[in-house]
Amino acid sequence: MQRSPDLDNHSESPVHTEPPGEPVVHIRQLSKCYHRGGQIIPVLTNISFDIMHGEFIALMGPSGSGKSTLLNLIAGIDKPDSGLLKVNGTDIAALSESELADWRAANVGFIFQFYNLMPVLTAFDNVELPLLLTPLARDQRRRRVELALSMVGLRDRMEHYPSELSGGQQQRVAIARAIITDPALLVADEPTGDLDRSSANDILAMLERLNRELGKTIIMVTHDPHAAQSAHSIRHLEKGELELKKH
Amino acid sequence: MHFFKLILRNTLRHKLRSGLTVLGLVVAIIAFGLLRTVVDAWYAGAEGASSTRLVTRNAISLVFPLPINYQERIRKVDGVSAISHASWFGGVYVSEKNFFPQFAVDAKTYFDLYPEYVIAPQEMKAFRADRKGCVIGRKLANTHGFKVGDTIPLRGTIYPGSWNFTIRAIYDGAESATDTSQFFFHWNYLNETMKKAVARRTDWIGVYVIQISDPDRAAEISDEVDAMFRNSLAETLTETEKAFQLGFVSMTEAIVIAIRIVSFVVIFIILAVMANTMAMTARERIREYATLKALGFGPCFLAGLIYGESLMIALAGAAIGIVLTFPVAAQFSEQVGTLFPVFGVSRETVYMQAAAAAAVGLAASVLPALRAARVPIVDGLRSIG
Repeated sequence: MQRSPDLDNHSESPVHTEPPGEPVVHIRQLSKCYHRGGQIIPVLTNISFDIMHGEFIALMGPSGSGKSTLLNLIAGIDKPDSGLLKVNGTDIAALSESELADWRAANVGFIFQFYNLMPVLTAFDNVELPLLLTPLARDQRRRRVELALSMVGLRDRMEHYPSELSGGQQQRVAIARAIITDPALLVADEPTGDLDRSSANDILAMLERLNRELGKTIIMVTHDPHAAQSAHSIRHLEKGELELKKH
Repeated sequence: MHFFKLILRNTLRHKLRSGLTVLGLVVAIIAFGLLRTVVDAWYAGAEGASSTRLVTRNAISLVFPLPINYQERIRKVDGVSAISHASWFGGVYVSEKNFFPQFAVDAKTYFDLYPEYVIAPQEMKAFRADRKGCVIGRKLANTHGFKVGDTIPLRGTIYPGSWNFTIRAIYDGAESATDTSQFFFHWNYLNETMKKAVARRTDWIGVYVIQISDPDRAAEISDEVDAMFRNSLAETLTETEKAFQLGFVSMTEAIVIAIRIVSFVVIFIILAVMANTMAMTARERIREYATLKALGFGPCFLAGLIYGESLMIALAGAAIGIVLTFPVAAQFSEQVGTLFPVFGVSRETVYMQAAAAAAVGLAASVLPALRAARVPIVDGLRSIG
């Protein structure tokens, strides 16, 4: 997959010029707990680690270990109770809800286990959605969407609705939607969890290429050791605490 | 554009559910419009009243008559430009269900005071020349298939006996709100018949209709007329024609209030149905709303989607309902005959129907929109639609 000069050279697109060695994600003493029925359940306890620009990491661990919670915190869809959480240089824990929404739109691409596409919109419209929050004109949006769908191999399916696509194809549409605003960070929560082995391999290969060729920083939560092998490093969460495995 | 596309497609997502909700709205809007039109019909007489006409009746009650000799005394009051009189006849045509108002009037003067009753000059001439002639309204003629030259037999109730009248004229209304369901005949004929049958009931009339030149002097002239007959055997009460008509409405005010309440109950019921539809819809889509939020769309966008969908359903129901109200009202009017002399869907009723539908659309989506706007993204993504 070639990185398109169109996607890179758009003046409207966010330009990510992280200096080498600067972490994209900087976490110190991060803690999070949930309140359930009057009980306080600690999920993450004093987590500290960095994710460098261009890294592809897999977060693994048993159910309830806090990996999805950690991913949600990094993606700015949940807030920590304490600790420092900087993403792309921004202390996102200090942002208001509306600032956080703008920040997510510009900095994070989401890939969900169940794709989370809008069933009433075509593949084209789904991919275009995040661009509606940018000042891009309709023609510019169209060019970008066509390019993104070409990159995931679905240029010929852009007028199809999600229900007319296979699971693997839907996840590819979701990936196109995740990269359409050229975010620095892609977060994927069990992106292959709902797919057969062949489709899962396609998706993993696509994520690897996005990381290798477009330089995207990817954080992937997975239960699947095979999927985790695609990452540069695997971090295991066990009862809210982190350990690192490199391969 | 995408916003409206999303609203439209979401609306059409569950066609059966949306269709049934629209159907419910259509029925509610028609019922609301019909009930409002019934209330309007109740007030039609008062609405169509002239500000330059006063009505003088017996101060004790409308059922007591006034002597005919009051007429010349009233005519002399300063500000009175014309005077005529009318007496309620209360006859029955074939059976009681064929009710229509019948008045014995002064054929020479009465119609000069009512320019809204449009009568061809030759027909008017024929009516005035025939003591047993009558004038009927177009709606009455159409209801019973009467035409000029036909005989209308009436069974007297207040004035006993069998009465036969020949139709000499049919009047049209100058405006759509003019009552064309009435029947007028010569008071002279009634009075002379009474002379032979019940002598003590001669030379009495029901009410005087007074034409005044300056509506601003209505109160002053009314007082002056009533003062003339104070402490007499038949004291008078003079009021504007509108107040006189509203007096009739007030006799049945409880029914009008009940109809008004029912019309709003209908709207409240459809609001509950609509709110349930929108609550179900929003609950099913919580994960989609959470996804949109994760992508950076704000709570206002989500609330807009829900409000938009609710308004689209409500306005679709309103549009169909308003259009159908007209033929339904026409059919209703035909069924009730001359019970409501003026029965038409007013512009105000249409506005109220549209406003009620919009209010239902907005109110039904308040809670679902709040819920969607407030749901934490993480919780929303976990939800199963």
